[in-house]
Amino acid sequence: MSDDLGVWAYAITGDDGGTDVSSLTGVADAGVRAARAAGLTVLVSDVDLAEFGEVALRRNLEDLAWLETVARAHHSVIDAASRLFPLLPTRLATVYSSDESMAAALGPRREELLAALRRVGGRVEWGVKAYAAAEAEPDDRVPAQAADAGDAAGGRGAGLAYLKRRRAQLSSRADAWQSALAAARAVHAHLASHAVLTRLHPPQSPQLSGSQRPMMLNAAYLLDANDGTGFAARVAAAADTHPELELDLTGPWPPYSFTADDGQDGR
Amino acid sequence: MTLARDIVPADLPAQRVALVDLLDRVLAGGVVVTGEITLSVADVDLVTISLRALLASVSALATPAEGTT
Repeated sequence: MSDDLGVWAYAITGDDGGTDVSSLTGVADAGVRAARAAGLTVLVSDVDLAEFGEVALRRNLEDLAWLETVARAHHSVIDAASRLFPLLPTRLATVYSSDESMAAALGPRREELLAALRRVGGRVEWGVKAYAAAEAEPDDRVPAQAADAGDAAGGRGAGLAYLKRRRAQLSSRADAWQSALAAARAVHAHLASHAVLTRLHPPQSPQLSGSQRPMMLNAAYLLDANDGTGFAARVAAAADTHPELELDLTGPWPPYSFTADDGQDGR
Repeated sequence: MTLARDIVPADLPAQRVALVDLLDRVLAGGVVVTGEITLSVADVDLVTISLRALLASVSALATPAEGTT
């Protein structure tokens, strides 16, 4: 039977000091255990390779319901454990064939991982998304009405007037976009100056964000754990200063976005 | 051990994070430790696969995101 089990990794920590993680529940309702590997401690679950093996993963990751369930279970273990000790989350769907193969993979990376643990220890991640405010968006009904009027009149003058209005509207749309983008850059620079590290995620598409407003910024900030309240106040102040933006603060998150040494220096 | 997460203001209700924000992090963040004998799916593939799954299921996400503030 053991041939059918794999090892799903949630997070890497140093010496866990004997912290008991057995009360946590992971993916597929599996128990969580702390495995020693290459002088590190890894929170893992033993999972059925029929569901979590490479072939099955490729199929299951296409299933949004499966992906959401597994992503939330993965996150719940990391989120709970991150309240107990510093850790590095592992990317979703990191599965090893055994504890031994996990140790073999981690061994060469040990010093780098310990350095990353020191970087995120006592720190948390906050997310800030900036959208162009609804007021900055052009009114799409105007050209439609203008076009209708032009057709009804059948006149060349009405058509030209429409084109003129359309050109002005497109110009205003571009201005609003540029204005929101400049504001988003200013907000990011300001927030970054108060963060240890920052990382920019690609803006979420309107389809995924559930918002029709264009997203101008999707940033993560690594902050000292006790800087959260001040950071939230800065975000609120930035929202007041920049009415052309709507800001959305999320967190605190475990340091997902700062596990690799490629974040940009903040302060 | 450092209690890293004790800064949540007391008046914030327990919240369920928005899936799209979570996927930004669990699919594009986190340590990638692969070895010859791991079964990890390549990270680029993973992001592509999940985005395809998401785009194919846009209607499921069309409702306003929960608890994002």
